Amino acid sequence: MALDEVKIGGLGASRRRVEDNRFIRGKGNYVDDVVLPGMLHMEILRSPLAHARIKSIDTSAAYAIPGVRMVMTGEMMAARNLAWMPTLSYDTQAVLATDKVRFQGQEVCAVIADDPYIARDGVEAIVVDYEPLPPIVNPTQAMADDAVLIRDDKVNQNDNVIFDWEVGDRESTDRAFAEADTISEIDLHYPRSHPSPIEACGSIADYDRSTSKLTVYMTSQAPHIVRAAVSMVAEIPEHMIRIIAPDLGGGFGNKVPVYPGYVISILASILLEKPVKWIEDKTGNLISTGFGRDVYLKGKLALRKDGKILGVRMDTVSDHGAFFSDAQPSKFKIGLIHSAFACYDIPTAYLTNRGVYTNKAPGGVAYRCSFRVTEAMFFQERMVQAAADDLGMDQAEFRRVNLVKDDDFPKRTPFGFLTDSGQYEKCLQIGLDAIDYDTFKEQKAEAAKRGRLLGIGISTMTEPLGAGNSREYDILGIKMFDSAELRVHMTGKAILRTGAKTQGQGHETTWAQIVAHELGIPAEDIVVEEGDTDTAPFGMGTYASRSTPVAGAAVSMVSRKIRAKARKIAAHLLEVSDEDIEWELGRFYVRGAQDRGVTIQECAMAAYSNVPDGMEPGLENNAYYDPPNLTWPFACYISTVEVDPLTGVWDVIRMVAVDDCGVRINPMIVEGQIMGGLTEAYAMANMQFITFDEDGNCIGSNYMDYLLPTAWETPGFELHEVVTPCPHHPIGAKGIGECATVGGPAAFVNAVMDALKDIGVRNIDMPLLPDRVYEAIQTGQDVSGHPPVKNR
Amino acid sequence: MFPSRFRYEAPTSIEEAIALLGANEDAKVLAGGQSLIPMMKLRFANPALLVDINNIPDMGYHRADADGSFRIGALCRHADLEKSTILREHQPLLAAAAPLVADPIVRSRGTFVGSVCHADPQGDWAACMVALGGSIIAQGPNGKRAVEVKDFVSGPFTTVLARDEIAIEGVVPSAQGTRTGGYLKLERRVGDFATAAVAVSLDMSGGVVKNAGIGLVGVGAQTIDASEAAAALIGSSLDDDAVDRAAELAAAASNPRGDHRGSADYKRHIISTFVTRIIANVQRSEMQVA
Amino acid sequence: MTSLFEELQPAAAAEVQTTRVDIKINGEYKAAQIEPRLLLAHLIRNGFRLTGTHTGCDTTNCGACTVLMDGAPVKSCTVFAVQANGHEVTTVEGLATASELHPIQEGFKDEHGLQCGFCTPGMMMSAKALLDENLNPTEDEVRWALSGNLCRCTGYQNIVKAVLWAAAKMRGEAPPTFGAPADDSADEIADDSAEQPEERSDEAAIADDSAGGEG
Repeated sequence: MALDEVKIGGLGASRRRVEDNRFIRGKGNYVDDVVLPGMLHMEILRSPLAHARIKSIDTSAAYAIPGVRMVMTGEMMAARNLAWMPTLSYDTQAVLATDKVRFQGQEVCAVIADDPYIARDGVEAIVVDYEPLPPIVNPTQAMADDAVLIRDDKVNQNDNVIFDWEVGDRESTDRAFAEADTISEIDLHYPRSHPSPIEACGSIADYDRSTSKLTVYMTSQAPHIVRAAVSMVAEIPEHMIRIIAPDLGGGFGNKVPVYPGYVISILASILLEKPVKWIEDKTGNLISTGFGRDVYLKGKLALRKDGKILGVRMDTVSDHGAFFSDAQPSKFKIGLIHSAFACYDIPTAYLTNRGVYTNKAPGGVAYRCSFRVTEAMFFQERMVQAAADDLGMDQAEFRRVNLVKDDDFPKRTPFGFLTDSGQYEKCLQIGLDAIDYDTFKEQKAEAAKRGRLLGIGISTMTEPLGAGNSREYDILGIKMFDSAELRVHMTGKAILRTGAKTQGQGHETTWAQIVAHELGIPAEDIVVEEGDTDTAPFGMGTYASRSTPVAGAAVSMVSRKIRAKARKIAAHLLEVSDEDIEWELGRFYVRGAQDRGVTIQECAMAAYSNVPDGMEPGLENNAYYDPPNLTWPFACYISTVEVDPLTGVWDVIRMVAVDDCGVRINPMIVEGQIMGGLTEAYAMANMQFITFDEDGNCIGSNYMDYLLPTAWETPGFELHEVVTPCPHHPIGAKGIGECATVGGPAAFVNAVMDALKDIGVRNIDMPLLPDRVYEAIQTGQDVSGHPPVKNR
Repeated sequence: MFPSRFRYEAPTSIEEAIALLGANEDAKVLAGGQSLIPMMKLRFANPALLVDINNIPDMGYHRADADGSFRIGALCRHADLEKSTILREHQPLLAAAAPLVADPIVRSRGTFVGSVCHADPQGDWAACMVALGGSIIAQGPNGKRAVEVKDFVSGPFTTVLARDEIAIEGVVPSAQGTRTGGYLKLERRVGDFATAAVAVSLDMSGGVVKNAGIGLVGVGAQTIDASEAAAALIGSSLDDDAVDRAAELAAAASNPRGDHRGSADYKRHIISTFVTRIIANVQRSEMQVA
Repeated sequence: MTSLFEELQPAAAAEVQTTRVDIKINGEYKAAQIEPRLLLAHLIRNGFRLTGTHTGCDTTNCGACTVLMDGAPVKSCTVFAVQANGHEVTTVEGLATASELHPIQEGFKDEHGLQCGFCTPGMMMSAKALLDENLNPTEDEVRWALSGNLCRCTGYQNIVKAVLWAAAKMRGEAPPTFGAPADDSADEIADDSAEQPEERSDEAAIADDSAGGEG
């Protein structure tokens, strides 16, 4: 009899997580927990200035401190051709500054000492003489005619523009606007933010001269990419490099790039022939590592009076900081921002983007998003609400008019992506029903009597998750596929390894569930390993919600290969031909004689003890999966808020989330991902941002200024689900990790804007800080949050 | 982050601690350490000697004395006050502020007196003490002296404590009638620095304000004693005119700087709004009692 | 540390003061010779090799380093190790006994109260401090008590559920079944070290139709 899939921890089981067994005991193994014999410690000296020429560096006082082993400078790096390194976007980035510092927090020196306290003493003792240069802290300044050149290190770089990029059909879009009844316009800024996992970055480099092998423990979401990059930068043969990403204390995109600290620790280990540990502090993490967002929009929608959107025009400017080091597919300069409006049926669209250098930290990582889709969907949903308001149309009805219908798939998006499945209106309706949309007006009137302003905000969106396919998606030329390797032992237990890297998503639990689903081996009989490049198959890592769409699919595919071989073994054991074998979960049987069968475990034993003539023994295999398309989950988020007009403080009353991520492997984990994402969405709408003053000082350099919400502020979430299986994924799953961060912010902002609509306020830039909301209420005007913040 | 080197002494008597402070140029008292240690980790503070007073016995108290005064010892933690029933009974303003100091874990370690001595313009307790007309008892080699908190703080992060003096106690004077009041703080997140906060203390008798005090947080280089605003309430029955006048004067007494937490005008507006709200809350709860 | 051999660091600087501390940690008496500037978090992690206590920020905000000192929660990155001399410290490693998890640990696993696991030890220690004083907290009281600990992954809702789950269990009641994710898996819940997987009650399995709605 077939097994009960849920009982064996297969698809759909809210299986409790196996990784928790170590985490709840304090037995996780994060980079800082690793101790190697003779290990030294490294601390980094960072620039206090945003833009300055380095005149001299005096390290003598640092060397005089007992316990200081080495002080590394840009000059030392340059002598080994390591002062600069390539970025993931074909630019260069300083490892240790040689000529100028280009942002506050840039790496200037590193001290290696017996313990981190002494290393920090050494850092404090270094004297650097800077000649200050004018700092450029926003794109307007960067593009000014007389702007100082930030990247004077680059040949042929005569201004601060990195690139101009366009996508879509300009001519047909212009025509759509010419034919429009109404044009709705809005200017927006998605402020700079930081992924800020609670664990900052770190590495332990251990170069062993006797074997010429370099082992690096590293906080990396993509260890194989790091191996390739280190091999190229440090000219160490790839097989002599082993990157181990142990447990990660969160990632959210922050741990994708290769940072100077890693490279410096590697060179230090090579020079000192000892393991060198670098654990970044929180300030270093917030002011120097990959940020997210920082994009400005001039958006326009061409509208017909019945609410139909005829065309989209988006002109954007992105602030990349001092080095263009975005982690993104190489063909797309500003990520997948052109996935905007993918859930709407719109004939034409056109987008321009200009990327500029500023004296700010580099990065542009996909902070819990699939390469700039967060900006795309935020802009989209703010433009949609503004358009509905401009037309005087109900915001839900306006969406209903424009959403892609269920039987329109596959559907080309306005910018040319292909969406393949979804039930958009159903999701919207579930959300509206859940939040009592129809009675909201009454609640609003009741609150007005108490002097409070109520608002309701909707955000509907589909986003592209799970890059590749490999035709269009690559990083530094490496195609974006992923991999899995499965070894079934003779007793039917198994080990699975993938090229992804969990950082809280629970791969150790869910991957085993996919194998259980495909093979009927109970999930608890399968151990999952990731993150060690010496043992894991090559993969592109975990970010941009690509694990389930790509590596998860590879897990399915490798399981099916195993099943195919096991079928042959089963035929041999049952003494019938292959064609007469039927499969039910966990068991092969003879067609027409269901009681005559063998279990997958019996086949595993036979694979090592009784294989048919001519068959290779063993039961293991691997699979590389190149997805035919991205997956397109859909979400509808609806929030209600109450604004205190006397203080500008707003509170979330309710937050309803309807997510359709296709088949849910582990519903409990999926819901955990959604709630985590909604919290980051709330954070961005309410409090979390990084800004700079006129001098280029980072405001938001620690958790006193960069605010992450606590349990107290975070609202409660009400989750609902719709399941539209992905037509091309082996088990019908779509990405989910980032939907709520991507779609969520607009729901909160739209709700506050709805509350202020009657006062004539159309936009307040995120985060909607109390003072900004109060100012808008007082003046009846929009409030822009464009930096720099002035000490008014 | 890693603090720089210092010497450490943990005396078991006040006298010993005072002697250590007197004998060392660059010494700091360590009580709860919840402000000092973070500053040392960032190396904003690098004292040569720490005099840890945590081993000195009998300083963790808080009590209501027979003369109506309320006394808080140097090692009384925020959490002790947060959980205290006698505080709620006798000192409504302090009871309102106690749960809003920093975050729950910091509260279990940080001290009331230490917070006042830290003299952070963002400090909650200093503003409460200013509103209550409270004092700090400082002990030095020549004995004890009382300094009113409004005079105790001499600037941002500085007090009038002599090098060899230790603040051993906070004293709140007795009420003139029934003591009431409240504390409101605008913070974007638990543990955030206040955008602005207001402490109001009112001693009432027969529906008339006998004594009042207003302390302001985060709207100047140090805790602000809005004494003129408080004076506008004394003798009144908290009629609208008096309250409006007090709110206006409190806003005028504040001297905020615009920053990423809000413009100066916004902060002034919050001050006046909170003065009004605290008094409205007081009146509402009086009505509920009555 | 063995008594046969202990590696000593070469004298760093003759004038550096060191001092002996005696600490009872997770019920065990330990001693160490340390510099006064050593933070308690670093003594616990690097000295005693109890690496469950994490450090997540520089500014006493994140609470990942929370331990109990004489029963009260403290951020161990904001206490000098010398200050723990003569005191009792409990870390996450002290929650479970050899054979049994603490109900808080069970609750965190059962209610999916953790993802990356980095904030979890501190979060659980704060939860323990709360439940040691109040075995019947409301949701708001739990949220308030945990507001000195930052979590970046979970959105807190499941952490709150985990603590309420533990509170119920500690009161001797059946853990609550509110809004629990659908669970039909016969996977280990109580303790992975137990060979026998424990089936979750049917009520728990049935309770979810609202898919994780507010508890």
